[in-house]
Order: sequence, then C-alpha cells, then structure tokens
Amino acid sequence: MRILIKEGHIVDPSQGIDVIGDILIEDGKIKEVISQKSDVRSRKAPPHQPPLSKGGIKGGVSSELRTIAAEGMFVIPGLIDMHVHLREPGYEYKETIKTGTAAAIKGGFTTVCCMPNTYPINDNASVTEFIIRKAALEGLCTVLPIGAITKGQKGEELVEMGTMKDQGCVAFSDDGLPVMNSLIMRRALEYSKAFGVPIISHCEDLTLSEDGVMSEGLLSITLGLKGVPAEAEQIMVFRDILLAELTRGRLHIAHVSTAGSVKLIRDVKKRGANVTAETCPHYFSLTEDSVKGYDTNAKVNPPLRTKKDIEAIKEGLKDGTIDVIATDHAPHNRDEKLREFDFAPSGISGLETALSLSMKLVDEGVLTMSQLVEKMSLNPARILGLNGTLKSGADADITILDTKKEVRVEAEKFASKGKNTPFDGWMLKGFPFITISKGRINEWQ
Amino acid sequence: MLTEKDLLGIKELSVEEINLILDSAAAFKDVLGRDIKKVPTLRGKTTVNVFFEPSTRTRTSFELAAKRLSTDVINFSVPTSSVVKGESLIDTALTVQALGADFIIIRHFSAGVPHLLAKKLKASVINAGDGTNEHPTQALLDAFTIKEKKEKVEGLNIAIVGDIAHSRVAKSNIYCLTKLGAKVRLIGPPTLIPEETEDLGVVVFHKMEDGLKNVDVVMMLRIQMERQGKGFFPSTEEYSKNWGLTLDRLSLAKGDVIVMHPGPMNRGIEISSEIADGPRSVILEQVTNGLAVRMAVMYLLAGVKK
Repeated sequence: MRILIKEGHIVDPSQGIDVIGDILIEDGKIKEVISQKSDVRSRKAPPHQPPLSKGGIKGGVSSELRTIAAEGMFVIPGLIDMHVHLREPGYEYKETIKTGTAAAIKGGFTTVCCMPNTYPINDNASVTEFIIRKAALEGLCTVLPIGAITKGQKGEELVEMGTMKDQGCVAFSDDGLPVMNSLIMRRALEYSKAFGVPIISHCEDLTLSEDGVMSEGLLSITLGLKGVPAEAEQIMVFRDILLAELTRGRLHIAHVSTAGSVKLIRDVKKRGANVTAETCPHYFSLTEDSVKGYDTNAKVNPPLRTKKDIEAIKEGLKDGTIDVIATDHAPHNRDEKLREFDFAPSGISGLETALSLSMKLVDEGVLTMSQLVEKMSLNPARILGLNGTLKSGADADITILDTKKEVRVEAEKFASKGKNTPFDGWMLKGFPFITISKGRINEWQ
Repeated sequence: MLTEKDLLGIKELSVEEINLILDSAAAFKDVLGRDIKKVPTLRGKTTVNVFFEPSTRTRTSFELAAKRLSTDVINFSVPTSSVVKGESLIDTALTVQALGADFIIIRHFSAGVPHLLAKKLKASVINAGDGTNEHPTQALLDAFTIKEKKEKVEGLNIAIVGDIAHSRVAKSNIYCLTKLGAKVRLIGPPTLIPEETEDLGVVVFHKMEDGLKNVDVVMMLRIQMERQGKGFFPSTEEYSKNWGLTLDRLSLAKGDVIVMHPGPMNRGIEISSEIADGPRSVILEQVTNGLAVRMAVMYLLAGVKK
C-alpha cells in the first residue's frame, strides 16, 4: 500500500523543511518528501526525480495508491503527547486505551505517553506489559507508558526502572502525587541516569497547597473556595531544579502553570542544566475566571491562573524556556464532574482541542508553525528518544490539518469518554483533517 | 422586583434589590408584631429545608418564616436521609423537587452548591450558607438591624472582627455593607484575613485598638475552635487576649455603638458576657429580624416570573 500526500505545506523542523510538496508513503514508512516549488525555503533539495510525477498515479500500480489532496493544508510529523491519562487499567469508566487513542488520533496525535496513576498503578513491569499489549490490540496510535517513580506512588521506594524500561516505559513520574521526600527525588534523578530515562515531575508542595481547589487570590476569596498559591508549584520547581543540578539527572517539569515557574526554568537553562519543561493548552488559553459559576470543567491541577501567568507562559514558549506543549488529558465521567466543586475530580479532557488551541499561538505570532511542530512533536521526541520526523525510513506518522475552516468544539462528540472540557462551544481553527498513524489513514469531515 | 428565581449570594444582588428586600422586611416585621403572626400569602407552596451541616438557628428561622407565610415545610436533614447511602447531591435535590418543593433552602459545607442546584432545579434555591462563600440572609438581617438602629447604613464605620477567611457571614456582610455605602474595617490576625481582601474595598487592621476607633457598629464573628493549633492562632487564650471584645476596647468606639454577633457565641473568648448581655448588644434583635428578612426573601422570590 502506498499513499501520496499531494501539494501540502510540509513543515518538519527535524530536517529544517518548510515547503509545498508531496510525501510518499510505502508500507507504513515514509519513502520520501518531494519539494514541488522552487521558491520555497527548503534547505534540502529533492534527492532525485519523483517516481510518481509522470503518470505514476495512472500507472499499473494505481490500485495500491491512495492520493490525498492536501493543497492549502499543513502536513506535519504526527504529534506526540507526552502527558495523557488513559485510565486503563482500572478506570475504564473514565477512558480506555481504545477510546483514549481514538481521541488522540482525532486530535492529530500519533503517539501518546500515559501516566501511571491507573489501578493498579503502573509501578511494575507486569502493568507496563498489560498496557503495551492492550495498546497493540486496541490502540489506534502508538502508546508509550510512563512508569511511576515510586512504588504505589507513595514517594517512598523506587520502582524497578531498568526492568520497566525494558518492558517499554519511556519515562518515570508520580504525576498527581509529587515525590515530597527530597532524598527520594534525588535518588530517582540519580538512578534513572543509568537507563537514560527522564524523571517527569508534577511540581506541587502538598503541605502548602493542602486541599486547595483553585488559584489563590481575590477570586478564590470571593468564591469561597480554598486557594493554592503559585508558590506551591514554584517551591517544588525550584527544589527539583536544584536536585537536577546536583545529580545531573534528566528532569522534565510537567504542566508549568505560573509566571514564577517560567522564570525559574529560564534561569536554570541559562546555567546550562539539562532541564526541560512542558505546559498545556489550558494554561495559555484560560484564566481562573473560568472557575466563576463553580464550573467543575475548569477545575484542574495545577489550577488555572491569571493573565500575567498566561503572558509569561507564552513568552516561555516563544523563547524556548518551555520545550513542549502536552495535554495532561484527564478524562472523567460526567457524574464525577457534576457535583460539589470541592469534591469534583481535577482535569480536562484535552486531546481533541490541543492542536487547535495551540494553533492560536501561531495566529497570534507567538510561535511559528515550525516552532509549534517542535513543541508538539520534535521536542517530546527528543526528550523521550522517539522519532518526530518526516525523514525517509521513519514510521509514517503524519498529521494533516486544515487551518482555515472554523469548527465549533462539541464535547458531546468527543471520541474520548471524557466530555469534561471548559472549551465546549468555542469556535476554533486548525483541526486535523487526516491523521496517519504508522501508515494507517484516519479521516474526518 | 427581584430578577432571579434564586437567592445565591449578596454578590449577585444589586443595591436596589437589597433595599427592596430590606423595605419588604420592614413590612413583615410589622406582621410579626401582631397578635396573629401568620399571613396566607404563600398558602399551598412547599418549602424544603435541606441542611448538610448542623444548624439550629438558621434552620429554625427559615422554618418559622416559611410557616408564617403559610407554606408547608419539610426538614430534610442529612443524617436521616439517603445521602448517607451514597446518593449524589443532584439526585437528592431532584428528589426533593419531585416532591413538589417550591423553595429549597440549602446549607452545605461546600461553596457553590446552591449555584449548582439553582442551575438544575426549577424551584427557588435560597442559600442558607455554602462553605466559606456566602450566607446572604444573615447579611440582609444584619443590614436590616443596622438600618433599624442607625436609620441608614451609608457612611457608617463598621468593624467586622475575627476569622474573615473562613467566614461566609463576613463575606456576605462585606459585599452587602460596601454596596450600601458603609466604610467597612476588618480586624483580626493576619492568618485569618487574606491580603487580597483589601481589594474588596475594606480596610484591614490587625490590632483591636486601632480598628475599633470611632466605629458605629462592631460585628463579632464566632471563632472556630478547630482553627487553633493549625497555624491560624496558637490558642484560644491568645486569640481572646488580642482579638476578644472587652468593655475597655469597646470604649474606643462611638458612644452609641451597637454590637452584633451572628451566633452561636463563645462567651469569654471573642466577646465578653458584659457586652453580649449589655445595653450596646443587639444580638437578640438580630434573631427576630432574621425572621422578617427571610419572610421578605421568600415572598419576593415567589413573585419572580420563572
């Protein structure tokens, strides 16, 4: 089976490509990228005459060739989301590997990395193996598990990182439950070096955030909700940065939500430390105002912050302080969210809106298209040792997006079981039109 | 006329609406002074008190107000209900509505619960206290009492003393009194008055001696014993020593100062007995006025077109 994507705007920062051209796919792999116009900024000339340019489509192999007209669309490497919750095993009523990967594909992602807070927790190789097997059977895209840092996510005893890496874990994180014990965190950053895997830190000083449910400030006072100060995140960002410098371990900071965190990370990067960071679309799209009216769909951890934080996060994305845009896709059941704000679970079902929300950054001039692809594909690939490229020979993971058509977000139509989104009803542009995962075409509209 | 079918908080009310409630309450207070204290205004309507937190005075006050207006009243208290069997809040509320409730008076330990129910129910939802958010009828009865004693609220210096951070009474009073033009001061330890509170248009004091000077009204809040030893204040003794209302301290206020307390009081801790039982205290009048104000609220909500 061959696929020809014709006349798309191909953007692939891994090769410095930004051209109008075609991509030929053969047997699930990228055969080649063919630049069509001479006035493009390609740093790479086509290696040889395109094999299909002269009647190839009409030729004898036409039955095997599928042509996709991509004129006016962006053709980019498949997106990689290094922070999702697929909920399986254990919480299949919230999401399954099948529905979560369907949501991923619909959102333009061809690889997702799932956090370990399932039931049982992914803190041993047998759970990792289950996820990998289940994903191979039912997954619509590549699923890479992230193991827990500590057994039971209790913050006490390290998991068998080596064994779990061999089984398929690409990183380790106690996401949602930070490792409060600094010595254990130090050991995790040290020990993981032996296997070259990053430690992903959910930065939250639990003793300071206590049972807070939104950002601390005037609004939390007037809503009567318990607030979480930005310092609860920043204290732990700073601690983990210092530990990363001490150990020279690989630290990746999850879901950065405050201006103070951006500054701390910018400073440590200037010092040359090997620290990377991610943010999520809701942290540059929404402020705490979304919580007004006690909308539990806007309850997320870390909480939505202020305009000033949004500006700092955009600045951090622009100047490279924040390497990655991840979703922190956290699907929940409808009934769980339809209750007291204090008791509703935190999280946003984010896979199906992430790309279009991030495209707004391109529209606003915060990022170039190439930089956006870096944040959503190339950089996560580099951090996790994956592909994120359209180089010939790579798996055909490709996202084709329509940047012109405006579409209303309809939570009820999500592929994800989690309809919990504060973006329901928003008009957005830049939805995927086709997502190709390992050569398999998934199409909408 | 009120515009919304629910009373969720003072935040949601305009000055006109607050004044309308206070004026109507005056009329109902006259009714309460009569020999026959019951009016047939809302005969045939049903009121359900749904209390997820223990309460005697507020629940009783609402119950009596509803009865004085001739509605049928049911008390739905949590320990005896199916909530303990794991029924969700929404299901409980829908069940109560299906019984034919026109008014649902809700108290809940979690902020925003009345707002959630108001969206889901056709009945009028009245907030009888939600977490640390608001207790609107308390603020309305306090404003009514102040107006009765001082003729107006505008321009008065009013001090609210105690645990502002965790007090829904304080929050509702801040909104209500500032809307009515009073100059509101808050007094208490910094751990119990968040910095940002000043953005609400109030002045914060940490010493009683500074904050009580020249005030027309002192509003004491109940200090929650659970807060001691949790970093808010080390002991009730130390709290009382610094922020308790004594005769000495009260002498710094204006001569005709009135002292209020939403109850229940911790005598000898936040307020001395001489003051609570003394001539400046209007604490029991607050209770009586609460009845009139709650009648007014129900009466006005019944008139809102749904």
